[in-house]
Amino acid sequence: MSIKTYAQAAREAIEEEMRRDPMVWALGEDLGRGGVFGQYAGLSECFGPERICDTPISEASIMGAAVGAAMMGTRPIVEMRFSDFALCAVDELVNQAAKARYMFGGQTRVPMVIREPMGMWRSSAAQHSQSLEAWYTHIPGLVVAVPSTPADNKGLLKSAIRADDPVVYMEHKGLWTLQGEVPDEETLLPFGKARIAREGSDVTLVSWSATVAVCEEAAAELEAKGISAEVIDLRTLWPWDTEAVCASVEKTGRLIIAHEAVTVGGFGAEVAATIGSACFSSLKHPVVRLGSPRVPISYAPPLEDAIRVTSGAIALAAEAATS
Amino acid sequence: MSGAHLTNVDQPRFVAHYRTMCRIRAFEQSAIQASADGLVKGAIHPSIGQEAIASGVCGNLEVSDILLSTHRGHGHTLAKGAAPEAMMCELFGRAGGNCGGKGGSMHIADFNVGMLGANGVVGANILIAAGAAHGIKLKREMRAVVCIFGDGAVNRGPFLEGLNWAGTYELPVLFVCEDNGFASTTRTSAHTAGPGPKARAEALGLTAAEIDGNDIVAVDALIREWLPAVRQCEPRFLLAKTYRLAGHTSADPATYRTNEEVEARWADDPIARCRSLLIEAGVAQSTLDDIAAEAHHEIEEVTTHAREAPWPDVAEAFRDVQDIGAVSA
Repeated sequence: MSIKTYAQAAREAIEEEMRRDPMVWALGEDLGRGGVFGQYAGLSECFGPERICDTPISEASIMGAAVGAAMMGTRPIVEMRFSDFALCAVDELVNQAAKARYMFGGQTRVPMVIREPMGMWRSSAAQHSQSLEAWYTHIPGLVVAVPSTPADNKGLLKSAIRADDPVVYMEHKGLWTLQGEVPDEETLLPFGKARIAREGSDVTLVSWSATVAVCEEAAAELEAKGISAEVIDLRTLWPWDTEAVCASVEKTGRLIIAHEAVTVGGFGAEVAATIGSACFSSLKHPVVRLGSPRVPISYAPPLEDAIRVTSGAIALAAEAATS
Repeated sequence: MSGAHLTNVDQPRFVAHYRTMCRIRAFEQSAIQASADGLVKGAIHPSIGQEAIASGVCGNLEVSDILLSTHRGHGHTLAKGAAPEAMMCELFGRAGGNCGGKGGSMHIADFNVGMLGANGVVGANILIAAGAAHGIKLKREMRAVVCIFGDGAVNRGPFLEGLNWAGTYELPVLFVCEDNGFASTTRTSAHTAGPGPKARAEALGLTAAEIDGNDIVAVDALIREWLPAVRQCEPRFLLAKTYRLAGHTSADPATYRTNEEVEARWADDPIARCRSLLIEAGVAQSTLDDIAAEAHHEIEEVTTHAREAPWPDVAEAFRDVQDIGAVSA
């Protein structure tokens, strides 16, 4: 194990996969200078400008070109810079990348990774802060990954690069500098396998991405009050690990889902409906969803904080559910 | 009318173009009838009157070259070498279709002959084509990508973004705008500012030309001249002027134009023009009649086969979605 940041772990995943497979390449704005968050630092020097391809500000082209290049047998890593900007390339992702294999009757595959840095990042406001992961889970053909730790960011990104499906890979901007232990040996994490971030017996807290750490804080607060919370990091939202969540809820009887995205239509709704149905007889309390109210994200810090899911809110909900 | 004459050397090639155009015409006429009879369920977009572009462009490609087409792509696909039997089965939504009946007319594709798909979204194929050419260049292969789109596509963003991309990275791609005058059911001229798509392409630094797309000799000559340069990573743009003799879809009565206008344009039918040239060059009328009859007969058999082909296995609805997180019936 070595201590690395979330950004470094991803960078390592790309370097290793590019060394392993000459068909892997990356394209996006400012990649030649290491990417806007430094997540491609030094890769242009290692692999040259053809494989670390600096592009115009032209999201639809970046995505669309990747679809064509993937059909020709290469394995592009698409950098969208901010998940908000990926909305300029929704046709290319949803109508083209996600559909090509199916509508052409299996004649082609579209192996590509679409990196979409997501989430609130201090005072980035309404067009640089969104968490739109639920949208992509709705689209047949796509895989959706939402890593929360440096180790997962490396292991999931490596698996995403080797996948033959288009993978929407959403890293949280607030986690770039997060440090954590990353295995030194090669680790490929499977999709659809959750991580039990903390074991507990009274209440299950399900989350992903940056909100996992918020749930862990809440669990620590709850422990001081004698409540044992289990924290599950889903890691990937399609596919997602219903078995792990069911097993936990059968043990605890209480489920709280917390995410940064707007609650309405958020992926928490899918988890709540699935578990509410599958584990109905185990539930001792209605399933609780915590997310953002349905308002855009503000610039001013107090307004931004007003819609954030906090550990306090999660702990309060857990207390109410267990009392 | 072009003043073109055919040399003896050219003759067999243009007889082949004539055959291809006749096959396309027969295929689409049969598909239109099958649609009217309720046998082809989804919309089809005929390219009647535009066959010279399909044959002149796609008929000159190698199998290793790549083609991306539009919702109006039957002609391009046939001319690239796809089998009409599989294509008709696809239109009928039957097993044995190129896409197993899962795509239909608007998503017809035959990767075995380098046909990477028609597309239901206007202009979307431009970016995919640029990317296919990008992939070819990364792999250091010597192949051309040809992307055909209609005049409706030139007012969408991908036209600017894709041509800019191809020029920036010097990619082996030829963009062909098949300008039939109509964007769906509206005249494109009503919505297109400035001097038009050729000027737009030139502004992005691409070598560009405008030709009479109903003149098979002109299309053939230009494509044969350009393809080697395209394969050497010189992206180019061709504006091929034509006229859509049928409606937007086979169900569109096209009441937004007069019968007189359409009748006048039938005088410019590219198949009739090619036939006149060949006769002038000494090809026997009976030879050309035989070619047209053979095409008609071939397509009749293909359509009969499609009508009798089974529906796809229902399990197909769940196949080829994705490897990771696939769902079952």
